[in-house]
Amino acid sequence: MPIRNTRIIGGAILLAVFAILALPAFTPAANASEAVAPVSAATTATAIPAAQAAAKATDVPDAKAVAYPPAPKLTAADYPTFKGVNSRVAVWLAAQLHLWFGAFVLAVPIFVFIIEAIGMATRDERYDQMAFEFMKVSITAYSLTALLGGLLTFILLLLYPDLFRYLATIFKSSMFAYALLFFAESAILYVYYYGWHWLQGGNKKWVHLTLGLLLNAVGCLLMFLANAWTTFMMSPAAVDAAGVFNGDTWAAIHNFLWNPINIHRLVANVAFGGSIIGAYAAFKFLSARTKEERAHYDWIGYNANFIAIAALLPLPFAGYYLTAEMYAYSQQMGITLMGGVFAWIFIIQAVLIGALFLSANYYLWCGMGRSEGAYRYNSRIKYIAIVLVVAFLVWFTPHTLVLTNAELKSLGGPYHQYLGVLGLMPAKNTAVNFLILFTFMSFMFYRRANKIATASWVTTGNAIQIALFTVGLINITLLGVYYGYFTNTVYKVAASIPQVLTTLTIIVVSTVIDTLMYKGAKEVAPLHWGRMPARSQYALFLLAVAFTWLMGLMGYVRSAIRQHWHVQGVFRDNSVDAFTPDLGYAANIVSIGTILFMAMVMFIFWLNAINSRRVAAKGYWKKPA
Amino acid sequence: MTTLQKKRVPRLLQFALVVFGVYFGFILVFDVLLGQLIPRSLLTMYMVFVVSGALMAFTFTEEGGRELVAPIKALVEDPSRKKLRNAVFVIVPLLAGYYTYTSMLPGFEAPVELRTIHPAPPSKFKAYGKSYNLTTLENPYRKYQKEDPAKFRELVKAGGDVYIKNCQYCHGDKLDGKGPYAAGLNPTPINFQDVGTIAQLQESFLFWRIATGGPGLPAEAAPWISSMPVWENFLTEEEIWEVILFLYDYTGRQPRSWK
Repeated sequence: MPIRNTRIIGGAILLAVFAILALPAFTPAANASEAVAPVSAATTATAIPAAQAAAKATDVPDAKAVAYPPAPKLTAADYPTFKGVNSRVAVWLAAQLHLWFGAFVLAVPIFVFIIEAIGMATRDERYDQMAFEFMKVSITAYSLTALLGGLLTFILLLLYPDLFRYLATIFKSSMFAYALLFFAESAILYVYYYGWHWLQGGNKKWVHLTLGLLLNAVGCLLMFLANAWTTFMMSPAAVDAAGVFNGDTWAAIHNFLWNPINIHRLVANVAFGGSIIGAYAAFKFLSARTKEERAHYDWIGYNANFIAIAALLPLPFAGYYLTAEMYAYSQQMGITLMGGVFAWIFIIQAVLIGALFLSANYYLWCGMGRSEGAYRYNSRIKYIAIVLVVAFLVWFTPHTLVLTNAELKSLGGPYHQYLGVLGLMPAKNTAVNFLILFTFMSFMFYRRANKIATASWVTTGNAIQIALFTVGLINITLLGVYYGYFTNTVYKVAASIPQVLTTLTIIVVSTVIDTLMYKGAKEVAPLHWGRMPARSQYALFLLAVAFTWLMGLMGYVRSAIRQHWHVQGVFRDNSVDAFTPDLGYAANIVSIGTILFMAMVMFIFWLNAINSRRVAAKGYWKKPA
Repeated sequence: MTTLQKKRVPRLLQFALVVFGVYFGFILVFDVLLGQLIPRSLLTMYMVFVVSGALMAFTFTEEGGRELVAPIKALVEDPSRKKLRNAVFVIVPLLAGYYTYTSMLPGFEAPVELRTIHPAPPSKFKAYGKSYNLTTLENPYRKYQKEDPAKFRELVKAGGDVYIKNCQYCHGDKLDGKGPYAAGLNPTPINFQDVGTIAQLQESFLFWRIATGGPGLPAEAAPWISSMPVWENFLTEEEIWEVILFLYDYTGRQPRSWK
């Protein structure tokens, strides 16, 4: 048996290694795309908002490349239709559901790997058990991800065959690599999960951890490949005005928005995955029948919330980077996104992000009730709440206000003299840095709640931290106000970087000081895991629902800014649905998707719950002779 | 238990004071002191989150949560408060009914519009009988700002002349959107002094908006309301670029740029 298992693992690793090694064979070397001749003047004079000349010059290879057909010029009659099926809604929902599940199953192994490593380092078995429990939830979702991926491909083939053919012609190599990698991912995942309790202790545990690493590497590669297809539709690279592809696979993959999306999705997936696991823990906590069970799921909920917050903190920066790149790529796309018709969805986005911060903070504050020493910090929470709410109000104040005619007349125009400035990005950037820092402060109070520092330099350490926060917050405000409103746009956009660096410096330095200061600290009393009010668990549910809805809305906006293009600027959408639906309709479709996803997630939670139930069917089975 | 603790304001009252204090604070600051009213839609959104924040701060501890709801619980459960309970059970639905009635009452005012101020530009457009690519279009005179400042000043001055002859009637001689005709327009003309207008935009965007005016706005996001004339019918291409130089120069703003 052990020999067979070793073979299984060896085979799985070999398969994954083979898949990774085989990938470059399908994606020609980067230098192939660098040694290229620029496209002719005739082809660069194009309607493609793309790709800024510089990107084109480096992305287009020489003429020996395969001859690709131009983008089809379709009419409404070229799109197959099925009675009672709205093609756009069908592909929209299938893609969104696949993406939600994909994000979840790719994210869970990332933090499971870290938790398993923490367990190995601390030799605390609870971490190992928690990591396994996370995988247990994710493994059921994995098959749903695959099913929904199949459904999406099927729908695309059936309803948008010309678009699929066009993309598949350009990406055929990477699609083949994707299929191979999917097999590798499945093989590694199953060995990783089913071998969990077998690969325990000594070198075996290291083998298991390595499998986790491999699983993540393959998972990320899968996502990056799929991201390339999506971003190519937004920022096509190495294509001329007629949509004729002149490049190699790498040029198509490495398009202008590929990396910004990769970074944004990677971070967002972890935050989203953490929130879904948090909802699972809340579900189990609320349905727990024993004190021990409540304590266990309270602990899991705490860790899941920690993961979600840890990934949520850098997320606005990743989002800002992506948006800035969209603006840099195409002014049209940028203005459509944030100043034009979709700006109102960004207001909903702002509200949901604020709700995420508020619920994450509320959960932390409620969690202080687990400690006997938390009362020392209780009086400070209201000040954090005030800053969070004020920052939140700035964060979601729209630039263009919804005004009645009487209000419009009274204000003398569509902009508010005092509140209008809060609608611009410098105010938003400042506000979000405040939201992040004060959320971090909540976490610091939580960490300190049950400890009494014994280091001799506690007063000095606290003074340094207070000074650091004070100077940092002043710096963030000055950068936001001065560079945001009194200099030109280049500095305005650039000022967000020192703001982020200030925030990161405060977080890193404070964490280091806190860790050193509380090394060997006394515990006030053992933590009372499970001593949490039920309402705190609803904050975890809110976190998961808000994340899901947010991803749906923003995913819609990202896709919809192409407006009437399948592939921006080169392949026109001429179907009957080639119009931007009104915002209410779009929000309703996303909400339906969110409800469907949450229902499926609850189904997964329920499956896990019944999996652990044992019913003794007395008198049903024949007793052995 | 000290006398001070006994006299503490009940938490429910504290909560109500915070919420109403913030609400009337907004109205006092904006409507009264600053003379720029706070729009109802914004105030409603603000208050939703002020109430949420206050609820969070009041209920994050077990005791806090219990104290907050204790008067409500007592009102519902305590037999000695029967009269008060009955009164509340009558007044609250009546208030809700009154609010619903006044909210739903048909009025003569036009419904609010979710108007977007910055229309998304097309990737290319036609004016002066030729096609312009907005992604690559640049102000041909901008380079003189560094290369030949004297010539640049001349161009700005020429732009100023164009502005005073053609644009100030609506956009104002101070470029603040308060020209003599502004009061007759709805929405009112754009205030170029506002940091949220031309400072956010590239010069190519302004060229497109000026040259093609209201009728040139994109069909994707129709219907648009704009009184902006199609200036390609009245001004030369050079005059439009000059007036754009003037707009930025007079307001002290710089056009959006990635360089």
